[in-house]
Amino acid sequence: MDAKKAEEARPIEPAAPQAPAEGVELDDLTPEELAAQWEAEAPEPAGPIANLVSSLVVLALSIAGLALSIGLELGTPAAPAAGMWPFIVTLIAGVMAIAQIIVGRSGGKDGEKFSGMSWYAAIGFGTLILMVVLMPLIGFEVPALLLCFVWMRWLGGERWRSATIYSILIVAAFYAIFIAALGTTIPRLF
Amino acid sequence: MEFFGPVMDGFTVVLDPTNLLYCLLGVVVGMLIGVLPGLGPAATIAILLPMTYGVEPVTAIIMLAGIFYGAQYGGTITSVLLRLPGEASSVVTVFDGYVMAKQGRAGTALGIAAIGSFFGATVSIIGLTFLAPLVASFALDFGPPEYTALAMLGILLVATISGGTKIKAIIAAAVGLFLATVGRDGFTGAERFTFGNLSLADGIDFVPIAMGLFGVGEILYNLEERHRAATAPMKVSNVWPKAKDIKEASGAIGRGSVLGFFLGILPGGGATISSLASYAMEKKTAKDPSRFGKGAIEGVAGPESANNAAATSSFIPLLTLGIPANATMAIIFGALLIQGVTPGPQLISNDPELFWGVVNSMYIGNILLLIMSIPLIGVFVRILRIRAAILAPITALITLLGAYTIRNSMFDVLLVVLFGALGYLMKKFGFEPGPLVLAFVLGSLLESNLRRSLLVLEGDPTGFFTRPISATLLALFIFVAVWPMIKSAIDRRKNGSIAAAVAKEKENA
Repeated sequence: MDAKKAEEARPIEPAAPQAPAEGVELDDLTPEELAAQWEAEAPEPAGPIANLVSSLVVLALSIAGLALSIGLELGTPAAPAAGMWPFIVTLIAGVMAIAQIIVGRSGGKDGEKFSGMSWYAAIGFGTLILMVVLMPLIGFEVPALLLCFVWMRWLGGERWRSATIYSILIVAAFYAIFIAALGTTIPRLF
Repeated sequence: MEFFGPVMDGFTVVLDPTNLLYCLLGVVVGMLIGVLPGLGPAATIAILLPMTYGVEPVTAIIMLAGIFYGAQYGGTITSVLLRLPGEASSVVTVFDGYVMAKQGRAGTALGIAAIGSFFGATVSIIGLTFLAPLVASFALDFGPPEYTALAMLGILLVATISGGTKIKAIIAAAVGLFLATVGRDGFTGAERFTFGNLSLADGIDFVPIAMGLFGVGEILYNLEERHRAATAPMKVSNVWPKAKDIKEASGAIGRGSVLGFFLGILPGGGATISSLASYAMEKKTAKDPSRFGKGAIEGVAGPESANNAAATSSFIPLLTLGIPANATMAIIFGALLIQGVTPGPQLISNDPELFWGVVNSMYIGNILLLIMSIPLIGVFVRILRIRAAILAPITALITLLGAYTIRNSMFDVLLVVLFGALGYLMKKFGFEPGPLVLAFVLGSLLESNLRRSLLVLEGDPTGFFTRPISATLLALFIFVAVWPMIKSAIDRRKNGSIAAAVAKEKENA
C-alpha cells in the first residue's frame, strides 16, 4: 500500500535532491573503475584521534570490568568462581585495547569520520529515546507520529504537507496492523 | 531406508499447509524488508525476529528459513536495480547486474539471479543432507574441552576473517563474551553485573542485541548516509529469462553452486569469498573475458549461485557443531535457541524430526522464493521508488514495536535503542558488530564448557592438549591467532626498508 502511495505522489512532487547528478556516465564503468569510484566516494577513515579515544574507552571499561570481576571472586583454576571468566574476558579486551592504541596510532583505514550529517543520526537517536520514554505514558500513537514527522521533515527533507500526510498514514497503518489486526498489547492512547 | 526415513518424515512436517503458509509469509516479508536499501540479511532477520514468536517451534523455524532466503534475495534486488549491494556477498553482482539493468535487462538479471540462487541453495541442501549426519556423528564424542576449543576457534575465525582491523574485531568479540556473563551465574548463582536491576537478573536477551546492533544501528547509520542514496530504478520488464540466457548462464550456475558449497562450510566470510571466487572463475573460463563488467549474464548467475550455496552450506557447522560461521548464522542460532532448539551434534539423533524439518524447510523456502520472486519483482521496484525519507521511520517503527511485542517489555525496547546507538558508534569507529553478536551467542556455551573442563582437568590447562581433538583445535586456534604477526614479520624482512615496513603497518592497522 505504501508502494501505491509513492506511486501516486511521484508526478506531483519532484524526486528528492539526490536524483540528477549521478547517472549517465556511470553506465560505462568497468568493475575496476566502479570499485575505484566506491573507494573515492567512501567516507574518510576515523583517524588517529578516534582510534585513541575508542581504545581508551575500551581500556577504561575493561579496567572497571576487571575490578568488578575481582569483586565477584576469581576462585582457583581447579574451582573457578563467578568472577574468573569475566576477568579473563575483560583482560583480553584491555590488552587488545592497549595493542590497538599502539598499532593504530597513525589512524588506519577503518571507521568513518563524523560529519555534519552525523547530527542526523544523533537526532534520530534522540527521537527513538523520546519514543521509549513517552510510549508507556501516552501510548505509541503520538510519539510515533512525532518520530515519523521529524524523520521525514527534517532528517529526510520532505515537504511539510507530504511529511504530515505520510506520518498520519503510517501511524494509522501501524495501528491497524499491530492493534486492530494482531491485537498486541502495545501501550496506546485510543 | 534407515537414512531416508527421517528425511522423508521431515518433508511431511514441512508440507503441512500452516507451515507452508508461514514459510510463504516469511519469504515475502523477508524480501520486503531485505529490499530496503542499507538493510542486509543480518539486519533483516534481526528486525523480523519478533514475527517468529508465539508460533509453534517447527513453524517458526520454517518461517525463519523463508525470511532467510527472502532477505538474501532482497540484497540481490538492490544490487541490480540500485547499484547498492545489501551485503558484501552481493557486491560482485553489481558489476554486471547493474549494467544489465541499465541496458534494460534488469528483469533478466533478477530472473537469472533467482534461478541461480535456487539452484545453488538446492545443491547445498543436498550436500548438507549427506554431510551433516557425518559431521554430527564425528562431533558426538566431543566433551567440554573440545567444545571450549571449538567455540574459541569459531569466534577467532569470524573475528579475523571479517573485514576491518583484527584487534578491533577481537575487542568486539570480548565485549560480546562479557555481555553474555551479565545475569545470574549458572554455577554459583551469584548475580553478575546486574547492579541490582531486576530486568538484568536473567541476563541480556539475545534479540534486543541483534535487533539493536544490526537493525537500529543500520537505520541510524542510513539517516546519515542517505544523501548518497541511488536513483530510483527504471521500469523492469522481461523478467523471465529466455532459453538462450539460461543456456548461457547454466555453466556459471553449476560451477558457482559447487564452489559456493565448499567455501561456505569454512567459517567467516564464506558467502563473500565464494561470490568473488565465482566471478573470478567465470571471467577466467569465459571465451571473451572482456564482456565482463559490460552486462555478462554469467557475472550475475555465477556469484549469485555461489553466495546462496555458501549461505546454505554455512548451516552445516551451525546445525552439526552448534558453531555459527558468520553473523547471519549467529542470528539464526539465537532464533533457534529462543524456539528451544539447541543446534549441535545431538540435535540430529535426539530430535530427527525437528532437524530434518529445519533442513527440508530450506527446500521449501527456496522453491517459494523462486515462485514468488519473479512475479513480485514489479512490487519491489515500486518499493524502491519510495523515498528513503519515508521508508526510514517505517523500518524504525517496525523494529521498536516489534521489540515490544516479544515480551511486552519497554525495557527490551530501551535495550534495542541503546544497542542501536552502540552499533552506530561501532561502525563509525571501525568495530564490526558481527563478532560481538557471535561471541555473545556462544558466550555462555564457552564459559560453561571452559569451567566444566577445568573441573574435569582439575585446573590444569595443559590438559586441553592431552586430548587429540581439543589439542588439534587449539593448535589451529594458536596458528590463526599468531599467523598475522608471523606474516607481517616475514613481509617486513622481505621488504627490508623501513619505509616499506611503515607502509605495511599502516595497511594492517
